[in-house]
Amino acid sequence: MLSVQPRIESAKLMAWLSPFIAIALTMLASSLMFVLLEVSPIKAFEVFVIMPLSDSYNIGELMVKAAPLMLCATGLAICFRANIWNIGAEGQLLIGAVVSSYFAIQAGEDAGIGMITLILMSGVISGALWAAIPTALDRFFKTNIILSTIMLNYIGLYTLLWAVHGPLADPQGFGFPESAMFADAILLPLIQEEGRASISIVIAVVIAIITGITLFKTLPGFIVRVYGEDKAAARYAGFSSNKVVWGVMLFAGALAGFAGAAEVTGPIGQLIPSVSPGYGYAAIIVAYLGRLNPFGIIISALFMGCLYMGSDLAQIELGLPTAITGLFQGILLFFMLACDFLINYKVSFKSKALPEKPVLPSSADSELVTNSDSNK
Amino acid sequence: MDMELIQQILIAALKTGTPLLLIALGELVTEKSGVLNLGQEGMVLMGAMAGFAGAYYTGNLFLGMSLAMVAGMIMALLFGALALSLNTSQVATGLALTIFSIGLSSFMGGSLVGSTIPGFKAIAIPFLSDIPFIGDLLFNQDILIYLSFFIAGATWWVLHKTRVGLTVRAVGENPHSANALGIKVIKIRYLATLFGGAMAGLAGAYLSLSYTPMWMENMSAGRGWIALALVVFASWRVGYLMLGAYLFGIASILHLVMQGFGFDISPNLLAMMPYLATLIVMVLISSNSLKQKLSTPMSLSKPFDPKLH
Repeated sequence: MLSVQPRIESAKLMAWLSPFIAIALTMLASSLMFVLLEVSPIKAFEVFVIMPLSDSYNIGELMVKAAPLMLCATGLAICFRANIWNIGAEGQLLIGAVVSSYFAIQAGEDAGIGMITLILMSGVISGALWAAIPTALDRFFKTNIILSTIMLNYIGLYTLLWAVHGPLADPQGFGFPESAMFADAILLPLIQEEGRASISIVIAVVIAIITGITLFKTLPGFIVRVYGEDKAAARYAGFSSNKVVWGVMLFAGALAGFAGAAEVTGPIGQLIPSVSPGYGYAAIIVAYLGRLNPFGIIISALFMGCLYMGSDLAQIELGLPTAITGLFQGILLFFMLACDFLINYKVSFKSKALPEKPVLPSSADSELVTNSDSNK
Repeated sequence: MDMELIQQILIAALKTGTPLLLIALGELVTEKSGVLNLGQEGMVLMGAMAGFAGAYYTGNLFLGMSLAMVAGMIMALLFGALALSLNTSQVATGLALTIFSIGLSSFMGGSLVGSTIPGFKAIAIPFLSDIPFIGDLLFNQDILIYLSFFIAGATWWVLHKTRVGLTVRAVGENPHSANALGIKVIKIRYLATLFGGAMAGLAGAYLSLSYTPMWMENMSAGRGWIALALVVFASWRVGYLMLGAYLFGIASILHLVMQGFGFDISPNLLAMMPYLATLIVMVLISSNSLKQKLSTPMSLSKPFDPKLH
């Protein structure tokens, strides 16, 4: 008989292993799906795992996709750590892209470093301001952050559509919903000879590392973690709830806004309606897969970039629709959540009934997603 | 303003409000049992896709509608398996369900994009539909709208006048006491979640078989999320829920009204209206936070583990 028993302390080993178990299970489930779709799982594996890593162009494209995911997920992870359900990275990214494009279309070929800074900073600031709306609503009116950020994602999307159809549309564009191509002088420097990968991936990695150190080794990071784990303890310690909420939300908004600016001034080079293939939502999964740990997120963002890349290739090689990305992302997140069960419960083979029931310290705390802190 | 225009606006509000009402009714029952399922948006999409596929391939709208409800319930079951049996975070699981369903519905429905079917037709109820003004408004609609009236009434009656409703509410308010009384908390929560899935699926069927008889990726356009705000707006009461759904319906068609009056505003800016209205409503309801606190089911989104009792 299988017996399931709550653990008194969450399992540290499981906390580390669960992302890998989840990935393995996702691969298993997807092989099954490929069999049903009459695609050879081996061929699919080749397309999704080997091909994205096969040549330098594909690796560059992988980094193009990983950069915005890493930036958004780092910000979201800090919010989720503080138990703040910011689902708004998508909208913040889009607004960052729109506002930075407003400045970018005005720049000529003689633009210097000052103009580039202005363009990127406008993305950062507008992303942070977009995140400030749900934060202010939460602080002053106690509105639900999940719903307000989702509403702002839709409003952000229509702002983008309005911008590309109207004020930012290319006057010589024959009515196409696109801005003019930006001047080469303001495009982000590339890190490869061929391909489109820009320095935004380097910036993203540096930011993730700095965020990780701040989170685990400094007082502000400690305050965020305490606030997320136990609000009462944070209050008792005299930590300001306003400072934490404003801090993490503006930080996440700034990173997502930068991601948007780096997309339009990087691989895309203009403002188009499809700036983001759902990066802001996928970043939620990246954050979880990285166990809300910025160092883990560097790896999980690259993994998710590989998945995006694989879906693009699968469309060409196997004729599968790109919607398959969303499907994989969903399955992965499901398995991630299911694996958390193994962190908090012990499953073993036993013939007898349970011994005395253990006492869990905080079994009713639903808001905590990771009951375990793998980094203690 | 002439009466005919008012009538047209009200009919449009009724049609736009119906999917919101259906989703919100399901979520209301789910939340009354203490479960917060943020997967509504995804379940609606799966319902819309399955409903359209069913009707398209069989030619039978009612078969499509049933299939939509089954699809919603399968998704709800998936949510239940994780959030209720494995005690995963309800918030994260609901979000996962939405991400998964958006992907699955656009993947499975890919070949259906662009196909059309004849949707549900309006059925005029004899005599009643001849009443001036309200006749056309209330008694000359399609079957799903009549069904939504019936379900709203039935939900109110079951929740407040029957033992089943009392059990659901007890589980949502205090699962520990309910458990001590011998009520199977998890079973009740599963059933309430399944009802939520069926209603979301039905709302999806309304979208793809009646409102706009076609299938399109992401065609629910955030209605699942708006419905979640609606439940809070209605402070978990069926009557207010109906009122709220139709008010939101008016807010969603406001852009058509404004265009009708000759305002020249970008359609993309006007398309923001329902989401903006939701934000504004969320701020307005927060002014009465005490009432909000009192009407929220006590154990909402808190997992219950019978093994610990």
